[in-house]
Amino acid sequence: MFSLTIVFSVQQEWINAYIQLVMMYIGINIILSSSLNIVNGYMGEFSCGHAGFVAVGAYVTSVLNVWLFVSDRVFGPSVVSGNYALFLFPVTLLIGGLAAAFVGLLVAIPSFNTRGDYLAIITLAVNYIVKSAIENIQIIGGARGFMGMRKVVNAMHDLWDIPWMMIFTLAFTGLTVWVIWRFVSSTYGKGIIAVREDEVAAEIMSVNTQRMKVTAFMLSSGLAGVAGGLFAHVLGYINPGSFTIMKSTEVMVMVYLGGMGSLSGSVLSAILFTILLELLRPLQVFKWVVIPLMLILLMMFRPEGIMGDREIKDIFRKKS
Amino acid sequence: MEILIQNTLNALQWGSFYALIALGYTLVYGVLLLINFAHGDIFMVGAYVGFFFAVLFTGNSFIQLPFSIPLWLVFILTVVLSMIVTSFVGVTLERVAYRPLRRKGANRLYVVITALMCGLILENGNLALFGASRRLFPELIDKTIYSFGTINISNIKIMVILTAITAFIFLELIIRKTRIGMAMRAISYDRVAVPLMGIPIDGVIVFTFILGSSMAALAGVLFVTAYPVLEPYMGAIIGWKAFIAAVVGGIGEIRGAFVGGFLLGFIEIFVAAFFPSTLRDLIAFSLLLILLSFKPTGLFGVSRSTKI
Amino acid sequence: MSFLQINNLTQCFGGLTAVKNFSLDLPKGILPGLIGPNGAGKTTIFNIVCGFYRPTSGNIQFEDQSIVGKRPHVITHRGIARTFQNIRLWSKMSVLDNLCISQHANMGYGLWDALFKTRRFHTRESEIRQTALHLLEKLNLQDYANEYPDSLPYGMQRRVEIGRALAAHPKLLLLDEPAAGMNSSEVADLIALIAWIRKEFDITIWLIEHDMRVVMNVCERIIVLDFGEVIADGSPKEIQNNPKVIKAYLGNIDE
Repeated sequence: MFSLTIVFSVQQEWINAYIQLVMMYIGINIILSSSLNIVNGYMGEFSCGHAGFVAVGAYVTSVLNVWLFVSDRVFGPSVVSGNYALFLFPVTLLIGGLAAAFVGLLVAIPSFNTRGDYLAIITLAVNYIVKSAIENIQIIGGARGFMGMRKVVNAMHDLWDIPWMMIFTLAFTGLTVWVIWRFVSSTYGKGIIAVREDEVAAEIMSVNTQRMKVTAFMLSSGLAGVAGGLFAHVLGYINPGSFTIMKSTEVMVMVYLGGMGSLSGSVLSAILFTILLELLRPLQVFKWVVIPLMLILLMMFRPEGIMGDREIKDIFRKKS
Repeated sequence: MEILIQNTLNALQWGSFYALIALGYTLVYGVLLLINFAHGDIFMVGAYVGFFFAVLFTGNSFIQLPFSIPLWLVFILTVVLSMIVTSFVGVTLERVAYRPLRRKGANRLYVVITALMCGLILENGNLALFGASRRLFPELIDKTIYSFGTINISNIKIMVILTAITAFIFLELIIRKTRIGMAMRAISYDRVAVPLMGIPIDGVIVFTFILGSSMAALAGVLFVTAYPVLEPYMGAIIGWKAFIAAVVGGIGEIRGAFVGGFLLGFIEIFVAAFFPSTLRDLIAFSLLLILLSFKPTGLFGVSRSTKI
Repeated sequence: MSFLQINNLTQCFGGLTAVKNFSLDLPKGILPGLIGPNGAGKTTIFNIVCGFYRPTSGNIQFEDQSIVGKRPHVITHRGIARTFQNIRLWSKMSVLDNLCISQHANMGYGLWDALFKTRRFHTRESEIRQTALHLLEKLNLQDYANEYPDSLPYGMQRRVEIGRALAAHPKLLLLDEPAAGMNSSEVADLIALIAWIRKEFDITIWLIEHDMRVVMNVCERIIVLDFGEVIADGSPKEIQNNPKVIKAYLGNIDE
C-alpha cells in the first residue's frame, strides 16, 4: 500500500527528483544494512569488507545490462532489444547478487577456522582485492569507472514511462527485508544465533556450523550485490572508488547504530542515517567528523544501538 | 643480481615503515586485545606534527625564531617533539575514548568500533581544519646517494632501516627485560588478575600507548623525510596495510609485527618490480590471504584453543 | 550390533597424555559412570566421543559405524548428545529456542522452505516446537519457555541443558557432571530425572560425576579413571571396596 502511494506520487511528480533520489538511497541502504546485519549482528562476526560484495553486484549487473540492452562504445550494439531491459532487469540484478554471493564464499570458507580479528582481516583483504581487481580490468573502465546504466533505465522508460528505478528499489528492499525476516525467524536460521552465542555448543548440539556460515555469508553478500546493482542504475555511473573500506565503514555504522541482531533496527538506522547524511551535507567534510563522534557517543552510552537485539513488535507486545 | 639487491634495499626501507607502525598495533593489541584502528591516523598525526615543528624551526612559518638552528638539529628536534606530542594524542585517545568503555567492561567490539571512529575523526578533522591541499615537508637532511655500480642507496634509506631495527631492539628489551614489560605481558594473559597483584593497570596501558604512538610518530616523520608529501588520508591506507602486516606476523607478538611489516614491504616492492604497478596491491593482498589461510594465527602467533 | 565400542583410545596434547588406552564396550541400556579425580581425563573422553577432539589414536564405533574424525554435528545426527561441565546454553535465545535449535539434526527442511513458507516448513516447524514444549513440560519447565537461560537458577539451567540434549533425539546421552553445584534436593530431583529419562525414552545414559550419591544410586557400572588410565571397572559394590580406587579417589573426597 505504502509503496503504491510512493510510486503514484512519483509518477505524478508530486515528489521532486532530489527526494526521490534520497528515497531510493534509503532503500539501498536498508538492503545494505540489513544484509550486513546477518553476518555482523545475528552471527556475531566482524566483517569489514561489505563494500566489496556491493561492487561485485554493481559491476556484474551493470555490465550485463549495458552489454545486452544498449549500444555502447565498449560492447558495441545491444545484443537484444532494449525492450527486454525492463523484464530482464530483475534477472540481471539477481545474477549480480549471485556473483556477489559466490565472492562471499571467499570469506565464508576461511571463517570455518578463523574468528574475530583474523576474520576481520580477511574481509578487509577481500574488499581490497575486489576493488583492486576491478581497477585492473580495463574493458570495464578500470579506475575510471563504468557507465551506460542511464541508457538502460531510459530503455525501460521508453517502453512504459513510469518510475521504474523507484519501483525496483522498493520491490527489492521489501524482498530483502522479507527474506531476512523469514530466515532468522525459522529454527533453521536461528542456528546462526547459536553460532554467535556459542559455536562449540552449536556444533555439538547438531547444528552444521559450516553450512550455517556459508548460508549466512552468501545470503549477506548476495543481497549486498543486489543493492550494488540497484545503486549502479540509480546513479548511472560506478567506479571502484565508491566501494572502498570507507563505504564498508558506512554500512557498519548503520548496523551498529540500529542494533546488532535487530532487523527493524537495521531498517530504522538506514533510514535515519541516510536522512542524516543529507541533512549534514552543508557541513561538507565536517559531516565525517560529526558522524563518527555520534557513533562514539553511542558506543559509550547505548552500545546496543537503537533497538539492541529486539524488534519493533517486541516493544509493542510488552506495552500491551 | 643488481636489480635484486636494489629492490631488496628498497623493500627494507619500505618495510621499515610498515614494521614501525605494525609494532604499535601489536603493542596495544598485546596488552588490550584491542585493534587500535586509529593507529594509522596516529602515524598521520605524527607526520603532520613533525611538519609543524620542522616548518617552525626552519623559520618558514609565520613565527620567526630570533636565531637559526642547524638543519640536523631541527631534524632531531622534530623527531623527538613529534614523538612526544603524538604520544600525548595517543594517550588522550585512550583516556577519553577507550578507558571509559574499558571501565564499563564493554564488549571488545564496541571499543574496536570506537577506535575506527576515532581514526575517522582524526582524518576528517585534519581535512576539515587544514584543508585538502598537500603540504611539502621541508628538506632537513642533505640527501646523499651512495652508489655501488648500478645500486643506489641514499643516506635517508639507511637511516630509516637502522631506526626501525633499533626501535625493534629497544622494544624487545623493554618487553623482555624490564618490569613494566613484564607487566605488559602479564596483562595480555589475564587482565583481571593483574591489578589484584598490585600492578597499576592504567599506568601500564598508558605506557603502552606512549610506546606505540611514538613508534608511529617516528615512522611518520621518517616517512615524510623520505617522501615529502603530506595529505590527510596518508595514514589510512598505510595504517590498514600495516595492520594486515601485524596480523600476518601474528598479532600480539612484536617479533611477528616486525617480520610482518618487512614481509609486506618485500611483497609490495618485488611485485611492483615484476608486475604492472596497478596489480601491486591486488597480488600483495592475495598472497597475504593465502598465507593466513595456511597459518590462521599468523607467522608468530599463538592460537588460543577453547576448552570445554 | 554393538552399541558403543571404544578401543584403545589415546589422546595426547603435546607432551601430556590425557587419556591412555581407554577401552569400553558398552551395551545398550546400561548406565555406566565415569569417575575419578579432577584432571583424570573424563571430560576429555566425552570430548573425543562427541567429536570435539580427534584422538591421537584409537577407534570408536557407534552402532557399528566409526565416528572418529567425523564432525561433531554429524555424530549428533547419528545419535550421541551431551551436556557440558560448565553450562553452555545460548544466552540470547529463549529456553524454548534452545530446545528447538538442537533439533537441527532432524530439521527436515532447508533454506528454500524457510523462505517460501512451504507446507513442509510449517509442518516441521510446529513439530519442532511441539517436541520442545513437550520436553519442557516433562521437565517441569514449561512456564519458563520464553525466559532467557541467564535469568533461571542454576539447577534449572542444568535441566534446560539436559532438555536441550534430549531434544536432539539421541540414542546415547552423555551427562558431564550434571550434579555440579546442586544442593541435596536438586540432587534428588536429578536422580529422579535420570530414572525418568531411562523409562520414558529408549536412551542409554553415560555419566561423569563427582557426587557419589548420584553415582552409587544410578550407575550400574563404574569405570574409574586416574591420570588418563582405567584403574578399575566394575559394579558399584566392587568399586567401593577397591583399594586402588579408595587410595586414588574415594578416600580423598572433601564433600
